[in-house]
Amino acid sequence: MNDWIEIGALNDIPRRGARCVMTPQGKIAVFRTMEDQVFAIDDHCPHKGGPLSQGIVHGASVTCPLHNWVISLETGKALGADEGSVKTIAIKRDGERLFALLERAAVAAE
Amino acid sequence: MEPSEKKQKLVIIGNGMAPGRALEHLLELAPDAYDVTIFNAEPRVNYDRIMLSPVLSGEKEFEEIIIHGDGWYIKHGIMLYKGHKVVNIDRVAKTVTSDAGTIEPYDKLVIATGSLPFILPVPGNNLPGVLTYRDLDDVRAMLLAAQSRAKAIVIGGGLLGLEAAAGLKSRDMDVTVLHVMPTLMERQLDPAAGYLLEKAVEARGIKVLTKASTKEIVGEKKVEGVLLADGTTLPADLVVMAVGIRPSSSLAKEAGLECNRGIVTDAGMRTSDPDIFAIGECAEVGGQCYGLVAPLYEMARVVAAQLAGNSEATFVHSETPTKLKVTGINLFSVGDLGEGDDRQEIVLRDASAGVYKRLVLKDDRIIGTVLYGETSDGAWFHDLTKKRTDISEMRDTLIFGQSYQGGSPLDPMAAVAALPDDAEICGCNGICKGKITGAITGKGLTSLDDVRAHTKASASCGSCTGLVEQLLSLTLGDSYNPSAVTPMCSCTDLGHDDVRRLIKAKGLKSIPAVMQELEWKTSCGCAKCRPALNYYLVSDWPDEYADDYQSRFINERVHANIQKDGTYSVVPRMWGGMTSSKELRAIADVVDKFEIPAVKVTGGQRIDMLGIKKEDLPAVWADLGKAGFVSGQAYAKGLRTVKTCVGTDWCRFGTQDSTGLGIRIEKFMWGSWTPAKLKMAVSGCPRNCAEATCKDIGIICVDSGFEIHFAGAAGLDIKGTEVLGLVHTEDEALEHVVALAQMYREQGRYLERIYKWAKRVGLDEIRRQIMGDAEKRKSYFDRFVFSQKFAQVDPWSERVSGVDKHEFQPMATIAYQQAAE
Repeated sequence: MNDWIEIGALNDIPRRGARCVMTPQGKIAVFRTMEDQVFAIDDHCPHKGGPLSQGIVHGASVTCPLHNWVISLETGKALGADEGSVKTIAIKRDGERLFALLERAAVAAE
Repeated sequence: MEPSEKKQKLVIIGNGMAPGRALEHLLELAPDAYDVTIFNAEPRVNYDRIMLSPVLSGEKEFEEIIIHGDGWYIKHGIMLYKGHKVVNIDRVAKTVTSDAGTIEPYDKLVIATGSLPFILPVPGNNLPGVLTYRDLDDVRAMLLAAQSRAKAIVIGGGLLGLEAAAGLKSRDMDVTVLHVMPTLMERQLDPAAGYLLEKAVEARGIKVLTKASTKEIVGEKKVEGVLLADGTTLPADLVVMAVGIRPSSSLAKEAGLECNRGIVTDAGMRTSDPDIFAIGECAEVGGQCYGLVAPLYEMARVVAAQLAGNSEATFVHSETPTKLKVTGINLFSVGDLGEGDDRQEIVLRDASAGVYKRLVLKDDRIIGTVLYGETSDGAWFHDLTKKRTDISEMRDTLIFGQSYQGGSPLDPMAAVAALPDDAEICGCNGICKGKITGAITGKGLTSLDDVRAHTKASASCGSCTGLVEQLLSLTLGDSYNPSAVTPMCSCTDLGHDDVRRLIKAKGLKSIPAVMQELEWKTSCGCAKCRPALNYYLVSDWPDEYADDYQSRFINERVHANIQKDGTYSVVPRMWGGMTSSKELRAIADVVDKFEIPAVKVTGGQRIDMLGIKKEDLPAVWADLGKAGFVSGQAYAKGLRTVKTCVGTDWCRFGTQDSTGLGIRIEKFMWGSWTPAKLKMAVSGCPRNCAEATCKDIGIICVDSGFEIHFAGAAGLDIKGTEVLGLVHTEDEALEHVVALAQMYREQGRYLERIYKWAKRVGLDEIRRQIMGDAEKRKSYFDRFVFSQKFAQVDPWSERVSGVDKHEFQPMATIAYQQAAE
């Protein structure tokens, strides 16, 4: 089961930037594009685990700060010649408020 | 040629594009036939006059439009008198005399005096501030006037006038074009295309007044305005007259040569004196004078052949297409556009796309073409005209262009492939497809520059560059790499140098402005171009540009170095590598308090604390700041360290206070951003304990002063430094080092270390500017000092006080309980 959980407001994230959200399933990176689209993915590059939240955001992609892999924020897939993907997390916007769809399974285990 | 055989003397009056081209042909046909002397009234070498508009608009530098540099004349043993105007031709004695008194005998003489701008015969036409648009001096005068950002009026809405207007507008002037006819460029365009052109010109913020007849230029001591025939007065600080040209034939007239509108020649370009030829805009051949470059080059070809002994060579009239060299306006026109009972026309309009095409037909043949907005089929239509091709078969689809004919695909490559070998590609130089492909295969050419050098195709106005590149890829296949310049990244075709130049020339002061004006192919750039653009803007507009943190690499955004596990390392500044017990104690306390797992001494004489969690960074900086530490910028594309030895303070060999100088330089330069990291060192004697001879900039102290070194490397590449020069005082050492750093800041490509930059621009050029030109050095120094006013802010204390708080805290922490609800 998944739940929509409020994680903050749109303006908490700079345009072309990212913030982290700590969850029971690990750290997720929430991105805001130039056009105010919001995406969330695991903060963990499929290449060597780099913190994607620290990368440069361009269009709907982020470049990993460690070795410059470019990851699509929409699909979580590596772009260009690199292969790999990272989990995406659904985000819902209600006005300024942001919600992420997080697993309840981890909670049930508690 | 036998040494005993005396060469003939060839004298050329004028050094414009036609004689320049004639000499090239002559050197090819008969390299040893003549001793050549050229008189140039302009004080400079031969340049591409049709590229003056890009120089005016800032898209090109003068150096880029030179056709023959000084070296070319020397190499070919040609005597060039720069700034000499010929005032007399003595046909009996066969000599010419210049205004400087030089007398030169000739066996053969070529007159290429070009044309003079036509000046309207109205009162006030000689006031200061009234300019014409003809040569580089005019362009320089306009650029000077443009600095005032004031009002300019361009009289004349033809090719030259519109190019001048666009150039002045791009220099931020308030520009109005006055045109006496009802529509712009009425000689080349029909009214519909003239209207579209007027809209496009006005969309650029240039005002256009048609049917505007100039009555007087008003002003007391200088231009103040233009009075029109209808009584209105328009204010102006600059008036550019671009109403036409007339052949410059007075010198020939005085020498008794037959002149009409121009200097009359036969089809072999020979004047009424068999030993004197005339070419270029001053010549009248077949009863016609010419102003576009293609027929002038044809004259050059003919005269060279005649001089080489081929008396058969003759000039043949041909129609030349007109193109406007204003970026973003595509316009093509050729032939006869008049209407008549025996004529028909085909017109295509697409208002939303701003496209207008019109073909004028007579007896099933195209006799005139106007294309506006979409001009790629111009060469094809022109070719059909020249060949007098019967178009009745394809009449229904003719206007859609070549790619619609015969079911061939809509692929531009296929369209070029389908062109016949004799189709003209380069209108300026009259180069056809077969000649280009022949040169590519025959001479093994691989780049655009090669093709330009060998065939001249696209070497003049450059508007056929795309076609030539397509021919290169067609002929060479995948082995052709179209860009001689490596683009910055896949978001643009421009290289770093072009981008830097255009940022300055167009006054672009934000990343969106750069991307918009330079036509970025992505909406938001990428991780390669954004940091580069951010640096260029910081460097070029230190006071005006707002640093875009989201375009900085993470290290520069959070002022620490990211490590492989996502933690950070922190390096405080230790000026010149000096420290104290108090500082060391503070570091020890921070390491204990935040349980920092690793502490290391760096190669730059300071201490690195590794493995700090991002959330802890502001608190770590707060504690370090209390002990007086500031950021060491160990993460920056900027000044890193100035390594020193102990110099005269302690060392028995030290010749100067190297520690003191190192600290002084570091305190002067910290905080500055540079294209790539900048590491420095000062050694107190030639034993060089501070290893200054492998640094970006190094100083070796000697008894007599300070030897300044630069362009060393000890990373991916290993390279000893080059010597910049020796100075005698500490103050001078500082000034030279700072000026050098500023020159690199202004010219370096992003991520290009100083040794690579130096290799690219040349060590001698750097020495000339920094050591040899005190004025230049001072201005670099001053710009650096100005820029430091905005750069020397300690980023750590800023963040301790709350700047960019969001960077260091998670947006939310979702606890188990919360998730369970």
